[in-house]
Amino acid sequence: MDYELIGITVLWTFLYGYLIVASIDFGAGFFNYYSALTGRGPIVKKVINRYLSPVWEVTNVFLIFFYIGLVGFFPSLAFYYGTALLVPGSIAIILIALRGSYYAFHHYGNRESLWYQFLYGATGLLIPASLSVVLTLSEGGFIDVSGDEVQLNYAELFTSTYAWAVVFLAIVSVLYISASFLTFYAHKAGDSSAFSLLRKYALFWSGPTILASLLVFVSLREHNPDHFQRMLDMSWLFGLSLLFFAGAVYLIWKKKRLGVSFILVMLQFAAAFYGYGASHLPYVLYPYVTIYTSFTNDTMALALILAFIAGLMLLVPSLYLLMRLFLFDNDYVKGKK
Amino acid sequence: MFEYDPVLYSRILTGLTLAFHTIFSTLGVGVPLLIALAEWIGIRRNDDHYHLLARRWARGYIITVAVGVVTGTAIALQLSLLWPNFMQVAGQTISLPLFLETFAFFFEAIFLGIYLYTWDRFKKKIYHLLLLIPVALGATLSGFFITTVNAFMNAPLGFTMENGVLKGVNPLLAMFNPATPTKMAHVLSSAYLTSACVLAAIAAFMILRGREHVYYKKALRLSMTVAFVCAISTAVIGDLSGKYLAEYQPEKLAAAEWHFETAEEASLILGGILDENNEVKYALEIPYALSILAHGTPDAEVTGLEEFPEEEWPPLVVHYFFDLMVGIGMFLALVSFVFMVMKWRKKSNELNRVLLWLIVSTGPLAMLAIEAGWFFTEEGRQPWILRGYMTTAEGATTSGYVDIMLYLFIALYAVLAVSAAAVLRRTFKANPAERELEKLGMK
Repeated sequence: MDYELIGITVLWTFLYGYLIVASIDFGAGFFNYYSALTGRGPIVKKVINRYLSPVWEVTNVFLIFFYIGLVGFFPSLAFYYGTALLVPGSIAIILIALRGSYYAFHHYGNRESLWYQFLYGATGLLIPASLSVVLTLSEGGFIDVSGDEVQLNYAELFTSTYAWAVVFLAIVSVLYISASFLTFYAHKAGDSSAFSLLRKYALFWSGPTILASLLVFVSLREHNPDHFQRMLDMSWLFGLSLLFFAGAVYLIWKKKRLGVSFILVMLQFAAAFYGYGASHLPYVLYPYVTIYTSFTNDTMALALILAFIAGLMLLVPSLYLLMRLFLFDNDYVKGKK
Repeated sequence: MFEYDPVLYSRILTGLTLAFHTIFSTLGVGVPLLIALAEWIGIRRNDDHYHLLARRWARGYIITVAVGVVTGTAIALQLSLLWPNFMQVAGQTISLPLFLETFAFFFEAIFLGIYLYTWDRFKKKIYHLLLLIPVALGATLSGFFITTVNAFMNAPLGFTMENGVLKGVNPLLAMFNPATPTKMAHVLSSAYLTSACVLAAIAAFMILRGREHVYYKKALRLSMTVAFVCAISTAVIGDLSGKYLAEYQPEKLAAAEWHFETAEEASLILGGILDENNEVKYALEIPYALSILAHGTPDAEVTGLEEFPEEEWPPLVVHYFFDLMVGIGMFLALVSFVFMVMKWRKKSNELNRVLLWLIVSTGPLAMLAIEAGWFFTEEGRQPWILRGYMTTAEGATTSGYVDIMLYLFIALYAVLAVSAAAVLRRTFKANPAERELEKLGMK
């Protein structure tokens, strides 16, 4: 495998990691606010807080990793995306900033505040929507390039069915992933009222998630037929994703083996996400940039890969420790520690 | 206000984000060290006051960390949004330290999460203290890596440029450029100093407000001792930084000192103003001091600004930033020295009101010195974004919306600053140390 492929695979993996952990986090903020508003706040609050508090900072790092890695392996992408994304990127930054700080203000400050909860609940749904613009742009057709000038075509973006389908998918899958994780966590905590509420959320959001995926598929055929064709060549991956989905929903429905059901949810998104990514290659920004035209120099690529391996050797045990203490420690989950 | 110019607005927005982020990142680097020291002393002396101190410091720290994290995310993304041309070129050489910085931060974030949620989970207190080592290490390492990026922009090394294309890249050489050692030592030492001053200022303020518990005195003594040690090391490293500048970036030092003509036995200029003919007025001159600062001997020759084409001069306003930084640094060293002497001499009272008020002033002043120092170093390398290779104007975005984004971010930082201050105030006011001491059954 050449450096370019290793690079993009590493990055894609970080983005996948972000997709999962951030979805849990974003969705939790929304459920937290929604249930507080409907008078069921105390039911889910404890479960959500026990999981989220120690890990919220870690979530942010996945995004930064992806971004820094992208700039590192493919510096000329910084030029194209950087210029085009000034406005949507800045809005995403502002939302992330509000969310992160108000999460902390709410939890470590000395007072409960519905307004703070609203801020981090609402931003949790807007962030995936604004970040998904990057994926939309990568399909081409929204950026005008002439010489050294790069411009984002807002009219095109806001009237595109494909763009809206992606936004829709981003939001509903956040809620679905989050609810299915929290269902598992509430079950583990032995909190039956939280469990039954969250289970309802999970089942409710599973329908729109699959609907949105199909919508993205169909609209991509209109928007970028080349890419759609390559996706058809890998259709087995998407079929597999559908199977994982069916399995996960079945288990949640039957209230059985909820740990396995969450793993199936992860596999469902992994299959679709890697299928989408692999069929996107070799383009990173269709049709201007491929992984081969934008790649950094070989010395830096090797250095980055080495740093990545060294970093993983440090991170994996640390993450394991974090999970041991807060996710897989039954006494902690049940609130005894 | 100004005519729309994406370069100018990009500079203002970047400056604003960094100035705001610096407040929180400086505390982010420095405070874990003080928390660790408090816990360590608590274990060694078996004194629960220090444990409570660590706990309360950590409680405030997490609020500042949150703002530090989100503004850090902002500056990371803004690098590409506002300086896409620069990142396209420099991304080839600086992505390694950026990548490593993220690893260090990741490491810190994991263990900080564990530390904050395991106060009473381990039977042996020492295990809890050990968790702070990766936190402090991660904070220090991320400070180190990100500083190497800034050092690289000041002293680019480890590549050759052929027709705008980078060749022969050596990432390690780029990281360990001549600016790195002094810069990173100065950044770390001043971050410890500033954090210690801020915590000392809080303790001093509480004592002035009539809090008599020995807890506050212990907090004050610990943080002032750290402040004293770090004030000395910061000054020593600052002197080395001057020698680095004389050797590698003489135009920055010359601009800071309004030193126009190359001369031997050069004198250091304190304060003063500059008239339109670039004549210095009302300044205090210290003979030979600039030669000593630059080269270590009173008769050494110091390069003047006239050796450089005028369009490559840094803005001469950097002199004021430089003076402010050095002046405050000296003041901090003096206050902490007086405190140490009075504490050591049994018959004098180090808790007299004048000294306490001076200590209160060191908190905000130290932060001001950090800002002044960064403004000096960043403005001092203008007009370059990559000294000698790329001007700031060449690196900026061409987008038409930077002004609107600037206003949005001004609003964001204002909201964050006000909320963070309100939350911190409320947290400690609603739960004073006395009440917590009582609740934990301490005297």
